[in-house]
Amino acid sequence: MAWLNNSILEDMGYFSDIYQGIKSLLTGMSITGKYFLNFRKGSITQQYPENRETLKMFERFRGEVIMPHDENNEHRCTGCQACEIACPNGSIEIIWDRQLDEESGKKKKMIDKHIYHLGMCTMCGLCIEACPTDAIKWGQNFENSVYDRKYLDRVLNKPGSKLMKGVEE
Amino acid sequence: MEPIVVNNNFKSEEYFINMGPQHPATHGVLRLLLTIDGEIIKKVEPDLGYIHRSIEKMCERDSYQQIVHLTDRMDYLSSNINNEAVCLAVENALQLEVPERVKVVRTIIGELTRIASHTLWWGVTGMDVGAFTTFFYGFRDREMINDIFEETCGARLTMNYNIPGGLMFDIHPNFVKRTKEFVAHFKTKLPEYDALLTNNVIFQHRTKGVGVLTKEDAISFGASGPVGRASGYSCDVRVHHPYSALDKVKFKEAIRTEGDTFARYKVRIQEMWESLSIIEQLIDNIPEGDHKVATNAVIKLPKGEFYQRVETARGELGVYIISTGTKNAHRVKFRSPGFSNLSLLNHISVGSKIGDLVAIMATLDLVIPDIDR
Repeated sequence: MAWLNNSILEDMGYFSDIYQGIKSLLTGMSITGKYFLNFRKGSITQQYPENRETLKMFERFRGEVIMPHDENNEHRCTGCQACEIACPNGSIEIIWDRQLDEESGKKKKMIDKHIYHLGMCTMCGLCIEACPTDAIKWGQNFENSVYDRKYLDRVLNKPGSKLMKGVEE
Repeated sequence: MEPIVVNNNFKSEEYFINMGPQHPATHGVLRLLLTIDGEIIKKVEPDLGYIHRSIEKMCERDSYQQIVHLTDRMDYLSSNINNEAVCLAVENALQLEVPERVKVVRTIIGELTRIASHTLWWGVTGMDVGAFTTFFYGFRDREMINDIFEETCGARLTMNYNIPGGLMFDIHPNFVKRTKEFVAHFKTKLPEYDALLTNNVIFQHRTKGVGVLTKEDAISFGASGPVGRASGYSCDVRVHHPYSALDKVKFKEAIRTEGDTFARYKVRIQEMWESLSIIEQLIDNIPEGDHKVATNAVIKLPKGEFYQRVETARGELGVYIISTGTKNAHRVKFRSPGFSNLSLLNHISVGSKIGDLVAIMATLDLVIPDIDR
């Protein structure tokens, strides 16, 4: 190493060099020794697969995009496609058609399928930011490993679900 | 009996060896073509392109809101500062005045990002020169910052918390409390860093006088960040061109004159103290107000050229946007600190040993996706 050519050896005495070396090593080892003896205090390691029941992620944690449904199987998505436009990498695909609205008797734009490709998602949050009706939000589930990527393409609206009343006003 | 003649005129031969692209000390997919004579380095040629994702081209395709999340993937260790750079450039172009609260929160999170980046750098630097303990200790303290980020914005690394016009959502109610806890905690841990690694004789012998970069070379190679400041070149963008709330705080620019590997190390340790001081000055009086100003859903910049520079954990990041008045940028160019800092690697490592090259690369603190983009 370059320190052999350096002047460090010359301007420091041989024995004081040894003394300094041992002293600095002991200083470092006293710190690691302190942590070694107090290993229970201040330990931040989590025993992950064992603590799955108690592990709670933060409420804003970006795990996956979900669409909440209420007890009547109704969601808030009007099919405006703002999330599809906002998404930078095409993770969201909305298939919609015009269905007959029972109340007004007119044909109205409604979602058929809200498809979310989790495998393409970069968790940037722009879709949720763009949604005018708060139809989609972040879910805290992060255990998304599957055996085939086709399981990562999800339909967010549940089968038979319809639009919640009063969302469009 | 004839005396045995020992031929001392061995002629050594230069040879060529690859370091990387999958070498642990190159911190990513960087391939170095080394020409060596014995163990003395004659030439270092970086070979790039292993992680090129054409981010600049993708920026011409995407809208201005969508560009922001791509910059997360450049220098991922200072992702929030990269986001801030794009947002500031767009806001300057639109002549949009963001609320004071946004400016202060951006600065606090930026400095937290800088500390997180430097603690990780400290850990891997220790590991590169053979001290494994530092790796865990650095990650332990970084974990607290990541938890703050996760609670406030939901992501730990690729944050995408800034949007043109402000912040995506307001800070979490626990943010101030947790940040204060972290500052108090980290103030007791930084002296441990010194005792563990800085004052260690082995580490000092590995780093002092290795890879010396003079001030003139630092300027001519375009070095920025801690690499430039360790050579006595005052290049902190936060001091010379303050952005966000940095004009309200007082801090000392960390400068050393030696220019060697140890000086670069000390500058980063000093920067962590300065970042703590900046956070302390701002955290107690975050102004009330909105977390964003409303922008159009489709942002169209006026016709022209816009440049914004910020100081990331690695140096000066420049964002250069050419707009023709449409919703997409005509051209986006990023001036990344890692690329300029890599260019001087050959200059400072010629003549040293391979072990020194690892120490030099550790304190240049290269993030390869930042270089390749």
